[in-house]
Amino acid sequence: MVATIQSVAGDEGQHPDIALVERVKAGDISAYDELVRKYERQVFRIAQHITQNREDAEDVMQDAFLKAYEKLDQFQGNSKFYTWLVRIAVNESLMRLRKRRTGKLVSMDEDIETEEGRVPRDFADWAPDPEQNYDNSELSEILRKTIQGLPRGFRVVFALRDIEGLSTEETAEALNLSVPAVKSRLLRARLQLRERLSRHFRPGAKPAPPPRQAGSPAGKRV
Amino acid sequence: MTCTEFLAILDEVIDQSIAAETRAEIELHIKKCGHCEVVFNTTRKTIEIYRAHELYELPTDLRDRLHNAIMEKCKKSKGPCS
Ligand SMILES: [Zn+2]
Repeated sequence: MVATIQSVAGDEGQHPDIALVERVKAGDISAYDELVRKYERQVFRIAQHITQNREDAEDVMQDAFLKAYEKLDQFQGNSKFYTWLVRIAVNESLMRLRKRRTGKLVSMDEDIETEEGRVPRDFADWAPDPEQNYDNSELSEILRKTIQGLPRGFRVVFALRDIEGLSTEETAEALNLSVPAVKSRLLRARLQLRERLSRHFRPGAKPAPPPRQAGSPAGKRV
Repeated sequence: MTCTEFLAILDEVIDQSIAAETRAEIELHIKKCGHCEVVFNTTRKTIEIYRAHELYELPTDLRDRLHNAIMEKCKKSKGPCS
């Protein structure tokens, strides 16, 4: 046991999660409360990115943490607790989708046979700080719609790697993919998002709002 | 360096996991090639914008409710030490 812990710790000292996990294993449930607090938002976001459904994400979040708790003795400490947890959350999300689709097999590989994003096509530059041309809710809507349009296998790699900040190796482990597969999907996800955002972010993409007149509805979308 | 070669290492360039000698080549290519410069800058910007905007926020009350539900379920389960 001690040997596995040290192999993770390396030179930088032991990851604080390891001590929490050990306390949970010794029967201290308050340590699990801390772990849940620490990662619940991330797990929720990841479940949202995979299922694209709020209720499903709420269910997945609960199921993933319960499963992680019950299977904690299987956590060996040769990866980070967080990576292990994300892997459980990914599997729970896929199971949830399968239920929705009445038993149809759901994987990370479907819808991936697309040529889009292999090479960039749009070489128009963007406006400086283009996101500032939109108010917050408009921008969120654009960003959500755009990422939701990607094939799931690309979307999830981008979410884990670029949004949640997992390393390439951790992403590969969480998704049960090879490192080269993660790398190739990440590049294509980034390029596809870039291409799709271009239409909103090139100079003049959004006309300046007309001067507001008394009585006109505020905040109406263009 | 060609545009295809540049594209092949775009991710490493963005993630800054690139050897110093290659970096010099990249900078030279970007200086000469407007297309790759745009692709590089806008891809980097894409990531930056996604990182800066939380798309799926969990409101505090919902978060607390889910958190408590999780802990209730865990307390009822046999737990990891069974
Ligand atoms: Zn070029």
